[in-house]
Amino acid sequence: MADVNAKGALTAPIFKNNPIALQILGICSALAVTTSMSVSLVMAMAVIFVTAFSNLFVSLIRNHIPSSIRIIVQMTIIASLVIVVDQILKAYAFEMSKQLSVFVGLIITNCIVMGRAEGFAMSNTPGMSFLDGIGNGLGYGFVLMVVGFFRELLGAGSVFGFTVLPTVQDGGWYVANGLLLLPPSAFFIIGLMIWVLRSLNPEQVEENEFKMKENTQAKEAV
Amino acid sequence: MAQGNNSIKKILIVAFALCIVCSVIVSTAAVALRPAQQLNQELDRKTNILNVAKLYDPGMDVEETFSDQITARVVDLENGEYTDEFDPDSFNSAEAARDPETGRRLSGEVDIAGIGRAENYSTVYLVGDEDDPDQIVLPIRGQGLWGLMSGFIAVEGDGNTIVSITYYEHSETPGLGAEVNNPRWQSQWEGKEVYDEEGDLSPEIHLTKGGADSEHEVDALSGATLTSNGVTNMLQFWLSEEGFGSYLAKFRSGTDPEDAEDTDTNFEDVEGA
Repeated sequence: MADVNAKGALTAPIFKNNPIALQILGICSALAVTTSMSVSLVMAMAVIFVTAFSNLFVSLIRNHIPSSIRIIVQMTIIASLVIVVDQILKAYAFEMSKQLSVFVGLIITNCIVMGRAEGFAMSNTPGMSFLDGIGNGLGYGFVLMVVGFFRELLGAGSVFGFTVLPTVQDGGWYVANGLLLLPPSAFFIIGLMIWVLRSLNPEQVEENEFKMKENTQAKEAV
Repeated sequence: MAQGNNSIKKILIVAFALCIVCSVIVSTAAVALRPAQQLNQELDRKTNILNVAKLYDPGMDVEETFSDQITARVVDLENGEYTDEFDPDSFNSAEAARDPETGRRLSGEVDIAGIGRAENYSTVYLVGDEDDPDQIVLPIRGQGLWGLMSGFIAVEGDGNTIVSITYYEHSETPGLGAEVNNPRWQSQWEGKEVYDEEGDLSPEIHLTKGGADSEHEVDALSGATLTSNGVTNMLQFWLSEEGFGSYLAKFRSGTDPEDAEDTDTNFEDVEGA
């Protein structure tokens, strides 16, 4: 990544180089917090904040970080930011922080944050790193919102808490799909998303690591 | 990167400086935001109390309804009398239980709720008229499967009929034990009775598997036997003479505390109750 420009750093991670869809990072929190769109939105904003500022601070002191303790230095910065975010949520968005519970704290272990700090901020200027952090946070948030949209719409018949498909329980016609409210359903949606993104950008398709042999006839086994 | 970055001196300086800066940021955030967080927790507690008393509507002014309808009083659990020794707004049950002056250690066989220490005084919340309340909201807590569960139970003014139960803090398994806060399960509690006709202080209410068919039984949570046992145990503890038994006895018709005194030797010291 030698020739980065500001626009590229900000927008490339959303579709072209999406941290979840292409780099397959940060999947576990995408499974856990996407049952409703408002929760996904708060989580996405928290991650954008943390990736942006951890990138900024790591980049600011990158020339002074001894390489032997660089991971610990990055972790300390990330962890401090996550605690600050957690405290802010508890103070100003209490209901939301109760729903997100442990997953705000687990942003520390989100591979996207660490991956960008180590992969980008350690070798780029603070301004670019900050934009790259926002871009990757947006890419993560984009996937979260799409997954959250489908899960909330099909699982609970609503979008951002507003009823779109009135469910049978409330006297409507829509039979909610309970599977969509369970974490595994996010796998299906993320899988379909990756399929769509790679069909649109064929260069994202990875080369086969090995080639399957043609089916052999089973006569020897008989 | 400069070679000098990897000298031991530089490593120590960077590590130390980073720790100082980060700890200042974290502690500043924690201290500066604490008042707002405590306000939220207080509001959450009041919301839960209104919720268990079925007075809560989303969007209502919690503070106003709470101060209009609910009076908090501290009760001496030993004799069931109100006490003015503590301020109900600042009285903290958990701290009281730890303090040897106001709490006591529970022996193994008494401590069915698994809480180790219990307080001798507790806050109760009276809905409506303070002297003749419509509902009484009592704090309960005890071990579930994974950890301590804290909640409230609301009983009607007769000190026997349950209105509802709710947990504001627990760490039970989502989808199984955490169903204690499922409104459909909670609605089963309405109209159940804590005590039987005998008029003693031992609560009869419990969770049961496979269909509740008496007014003292509530359907247990499927797939969450240990959480259900925890709920039964903490109710058996907090509604017995160890908890609010003697306090509630004063509200129950046909159960004079004097009767209780006859049937239960532990209540010799109830004077003029």
